[in-house]
Amino acid sequence: MKKGIVVVCTLALVLALGGMAFAENVIKIGAIYPFTGPMAGTAQMLKDGVEMAVDIINNKYDFDFLFADTEGLPNLGGAKIEIIWADSAGDPKTGMSEAERLITSEGVVALIGCYQSSVTKTASQVAERYGIPFVNGDSSSPQLTERNFKWFFRTDPHDGLYARQQFEHLIELEKQTGESLRRLAIVYENTEFGSQVARAQEALAKEYGFQVVEKLAYTTGATSLNSEVTRLMASKPDVVLMAAYISDQILFTKTFKTMRFAPKVWHNTAAPGEPDFLKSVGDDGNYLFLRQGFCADQVVNKPVIGQILEEFRNKFGQEMLADAVRSFHAPIVLADAINRAGSTDPEAIRQALLETDIPGDYCLSPWEGIKFDPETGQNIHSQYIICQIQDQDFYTVFPSEFATREPVFPFPSWDDR
Amino acid sequence: MLVNVGLVQALMSGLLMGFVYSLIALGLSLIYGVMDVVNFAHGEFLMLGMFLAYWFSVLFRLDPLIAIFIIIPVLFLVGVGIYKGLIKRILNGTRISQILTTFGLSVFMANMAMFLWTPNYRLAERHLTSTTGDLSIFGVYLGVPELIASVGSILVFAFAYYLIRFTRTGRAIQATSIDSEGARLVGINIDNIYAITFGLGISCVGAAGVLLATFYYIFPYVGTFFSMIAFATVALGGFGSVEGSFVAGILIGIIESLGGFFISPAVKYAIVFMTYMVVIILRPATGLFGW
Repeated sequence: MKKGIVVVCTLALVLALGGMAFAENVIKIGAIYPFTGPMAGTAQMLKDGVEMAVDIINNKYDFDFLFADTEGLPNLGGAKIEIIWADSAGDPKTGMSEAERLITSEGVVALIGCYQSSVTKTASQVAERYGIPFVNGDSSSPQLTERNFKWFFRTDPHDGLYARQQFEHLIELEKQTGESLRRLAIVYENTEFGSQVARAQEALAKEYGFQVVEKLAYTTGATSLNSEVTRLMASKPDVVLMAAYISDQILFTKTFKTMRFAPKVWHNTAAPGEPDFLKSVGDDGNYLFLRQGFCADQVVNKPVIGQILEEFRNKFGQEMLADAVRSFHAPIVLADAINRAGSTDPEAIRQALLETDIPGDYCLSPWEGIKFDPETGQNIHSQYIICQIQDQDFYTVFPSEFATREPVFPFPSWDDR
Repeated sequence: MLVNVGLVQALMSGLLMGFVYSLIALGLSLIYGVMDVVNFAHGEFLMLGMFLAYWFSVLFRLDPLIAIFIIIPVLFLVGVGIYKGLIKRILNGTRISQILTTFGLSVFMANMAMFLWTPNYRLAERHLTSTTGDLSIFGVYLGVPELIASVGSILVFAFAYYLIRFTRTGRAIQATSIDSEGARLVGINIDNIYAITFGLGISCVGAAGVLLATFYYIFPYVGTFFSMIAFATVALGGFGSVEGSFVAGILIGIIESLGGFFISPAVKYAIVFMTYMVVIILRPATGLFGW
């Protein structure tokens, strides 16, 4: 733990000293992530995503992508982007004070981060107060872009959008198969994340005419989920909509199997997409549906993705996962805006951000592009894709224009696999 | 009909989990009863047992059910070592220094596990395939690993009970628990008894960890919630009471499961802790079976 802090501090120092040497032609962007604490592993993946983007901006690459054919920002005489890292430890108060430090003593021209919505919330308040642009790529609380902030922009979709896509997917499945999927059971962990998702799902169920036969809150980290699953089975749902953290997702999967519970559709948030999930449950994870911001199979739709994934693999020695893709977009958007503004004046950058119109070819995520709503700062083109786990890998099944495989329906009974 | 099957299912699931809770609570209760030390690092020893089971399954391809015969003695020695190196020094200290020491130990162990083994979630690999899967009796589904974990817990518990009640060393432990000065006067080596008790307590909770690792996910903070349950169990059964731990563990397992089934899963732990508070109010010093 302590060693981690030392490493991060040393790294920050080295970067800061390195930055000083070329102080004239460097544009500093502050990045706040939870480098210590339980999310440290995720933070590393997010950091690698940012570094990949900065590497493409600052160096020449021979594929077709924004800033790939130039070194640095051409309109600012080849100025390079430099990231100043800060550790939030996942704590909203620390995130806030780090944002303040980055702006006042490091002199960053913009901020990115912070992963946990609660931290992004407080850190962006500081940016708003100082009038510094904040571009977020990796927080999903709908509330962040409902605050009418002038300086806050989000590239990624949010949880409210996710629930709507989920219902669109269910309706499409009904059309494809002719089966009724109207009986829903909503299962959610009872803190902020799960409750928000469940609330959105319940409202949409009413709107689309679905019947919620069971709404089940559970405590995350529960030692046993048998009584939860027993209740679920008693309500006989067609569809289980689940908002769980990865730990509980593992235990639910095992408990579903033990009790032979196989609803027609099992629809989840992003938890089964985390690498530990399939490692833990193996082929018991097959046929779950989940939302993703990115899926590696999208390379068939956009070949440049393959080249960037390849570069990432060479650079960091591991696969570029969804979290790295999320954090990747923010520095690209900022570099594009600063380049068009031709200056590092915050107001000029903000104006340029408002005029951002990056085509879908330059997004790793399956979006038509990046363009911010002037009122909320939300990327109007952002959306999720729905994947299904098949043969212990992820395949996009919805929306159909991105689909790479047919969904397996219904969820096979546990004895027939 | 469905409610009845659900009821039996909830009852059985609760019972199976209850036996594991009993074994976890036994170690905590024993250490408190004999040494008068509340071990706040109890959950972290559970985590250690789980990680040992994991590493034995991955590195040596030993199923947890075989590895448990190695892990129990190893954890006994770990317990004795921690007693000699740490706990011994605070036995005569104030209550607050004891709390801070064991609490510090728990923070240290959890963070050390995070540093060494990353915060990722894992499941132990099973090599005895006959011990996986599940079975169905009259529409009630029970996981074979859960079944084995609870039977294993009963066996380990029975073995510990035998050691404490029917052996010479066990009688010395009981004597020390009742009156340590008196025990010293009749020639019992208190220091050895404390070391054995601590080792025994740690190997019990570690054994529970190994059995849990056959079906529960493993990560550095896994002990936190289980130790909360263990504290409620011990307080319910009476601090220091071996029989109390056994009955209270089963009670808590069943209350949790039935509460979750009949009222709402979100409040099942609230019901568990409420039961515990009611007992604390009615029998503050002794729990259900304490002396």
